[in-house]
Amino acid sequence: MSLFTAENLAINFGGVKAVDGVNFDIKEGECFTIIGPNGAGKTTIFNLISRIYDASEGRMTFNGQDITEVPPHDIAGLGIARTFQNIELFEHASVLQNLLVGRHCHTKRSIWSEGLFLPSVRKAELAHREKVEEIIDFLDLQHYRESLIMNLPYGVRKVVELGRALCTEPKLILLDEPSSGLNVEETQDMSFWIDDIKKDLGITVLMVEHDMGLVSEVSDRVLVLNYGRMLAYGSPQEVQNDPEVIKAYLGGDDE
Amino acid sequence: MRFLFKTSYEQDIRIAKHSGYYWSYGALLLIILCAPYFLDEYYIGQMTQLYILAIAGVGLMLLSGYTGLISLGHAAFFGIGAYTEAVLTGNGIPLPFMDEPIVFSFFISFPMAGVLAAVAGVVIGIPALRLTGIYLAIATFAFAIIVEEILSRWESVTNGYTGLLVDSIYFESIDFDLTEGVSFYFLCLGVLIAVILFSLNLLRSATGRSMMAVRDSEISAQSMGVNLAQTKTLAFAISAGITGLAGALFAHKLGFLSPESFTVLQSLELLVLVVVGGLGSIHGAIFGAMFVLALPQGLAIMKDYLPHYISEQPGFEPLIFGLILIFFVMFEPLGIYGRWLKVKLYFQMFPLYKKATFKRQKSYMKSERLK
Repeated sequence: MSLFTAENLAINFGGVKAVDGVNFDIKEGECFTIIGPNGAGKTTIFNLISRIYDASEGRMTFNGQDITEVPPHDIAGLGIARTFQNIELFEHASVLQNLLVGRHCHTKRSIWSEGLFLPSVRKAELAHREKVEEIIDFLDLQHYRESLIMNLPYGVRKVVELGRALCTEPKLILLDEPSSGLNVEETQDMSFWIDDIKKDLGITVLMVEHDMGLVSEVSDRVLVLNYGRMLAYGSPQEVQNDPEVIKAYLGGDDE
Repeated sequence: MRFLFKTSYEQDIRIAKHSGYYWSYGALLLIILCAPYFLDEYYIGQMTQLYILAIAGVGLMLLSGYTGLISLGHAAFFGIGAYTEAVLTGNGIPLPFMDEPIVFSFFISFPMAGVLAAVAGVVIGIPALRLTGIYLAIATFAFAIIVEEILSRWESVTNGYTGLLVDSIYFESIDFDLTEGVSFYFLCLGVLIAVILFSLNLLRSATGRSMMAVRDSEISAQSMGVNLAQTKTLAFAISAGITGLAGALFAHKLGFLSPESFTVLQSLELLVLVVVGGLGSIHGAIFGAMFVLALPQGLAIMKDYLPHYISEQPGFEPLIFGLILIFFVMFEPLGIYGRWLKVKLYFQMFPLYKKATFKRQKSYMKSERLK
């Protein structure tokens, strides 16, 4: 059963067609990867799904619901979480606070009960904290709980961002280049985690990735984009042997 | 150095992180509770003024320090609070079907001053949603000028530049004046403590975290389910409301209101207060209030000891004020509170303090933070 479908998705920035008539569907429980050369529109698709951009054309359905018009702050509540290509953490806050922001979509808020810190607020805070601790355990972040993000190395920030996305308890998680800037060892860890997210937590993964090693290790299906258009669609092996894809990446004769 | 061994999640959400807090803040509370019985009337007045400024400072801190929205217009909210209080407890509101205008008791007019300022905060907050950084500063600045103009032109209510006398809060039945000396001192202190506790509570729960999220990264805050518009408007409303409460107390402190007390300079003073005190901490608001209040006095005292040809120069005070500001922005962007933390750490780590401990610190003052 498909969890997410994009039909004829398109967006124009002025005359530039950043994404042009893209169709794909993501099955529940799979790891779906979008690859493509720089500027192919991969991150734009992420921004379309998380509703930062408004689609010029087309329709997106998630879990049977049309999300083409949903406001961006409701996306997390529906069960779509994301990470960013250039880490977007809350720099002046601790890891714990960052992860707790991930619980935001499950929080009922009222400034009066929070201002007085009523017992109900305290209880909710503790419940959220317990959820956050599960994620901390899962990603081995125990050591960093109290550290401010601005004092953390890049590799750890990347993991914290993944953790923050997991804290929203998503059904679908969008990972924008999870391995960029990570060393070989950290990339290996990331690949295990993505596998665990898929298999143990049962979360569907949609990712953009350049590292073909990681892609073929974890993904079930791959979509190749070039200049906003779909180039190929299939298993990692099929895609890697597709002549069109080879041409887009390595160039070919234009006779 | 103290090492905390945490055994429950409760420990992380407490305001007092360890028993030392009870001792130090308990001692502080004891001192300020006893202070009015030992101090001169003049110093009681100054302390009261300090509390009022600190309340306004906490209000602006929530907006600028925690939500990352700059405001050059907080004197407007301060003024709205002050005039609301003065009008409601003084002349009252005339209603067509009643002979006498309704005059409100302080316990109604005081919250009303906060509410009305908060409403004004929402009014400026909504157009401000699309503005950031320098543009927001200009918009709030313009708002402050508009309010100042209204205060001076709406003479039927505010009496314009002639000024408005503020009645004291006198309870005839028990012969007790709440706005006099020691009792007013305790009133302002009580409001300050309440406002600080309210803010600390907000900051340790979801609303406070969403405010910090908006400050540090709007795009990811949004993707985590934070409603940007709602959070920003709320921050404006809370901030303006608290500043309005400070304004109401200020009205009683002054006893006489004129639009000149709520000019753009006053807004600047509040902004200086939060920046010098230390953006992003409640402590900063208190330290900043001390700074803003103590500096002119300190300069006046300093003048006595300086050679005549320096101290009598025109513009001596603004010069020193400006120099200190520049010094802070350049060398201690985390403000007095940041400096205080460093001094504290020095003694905690003694003799192992490393000079480079804070080398890597980034600050809010980086222009990118003022988006």
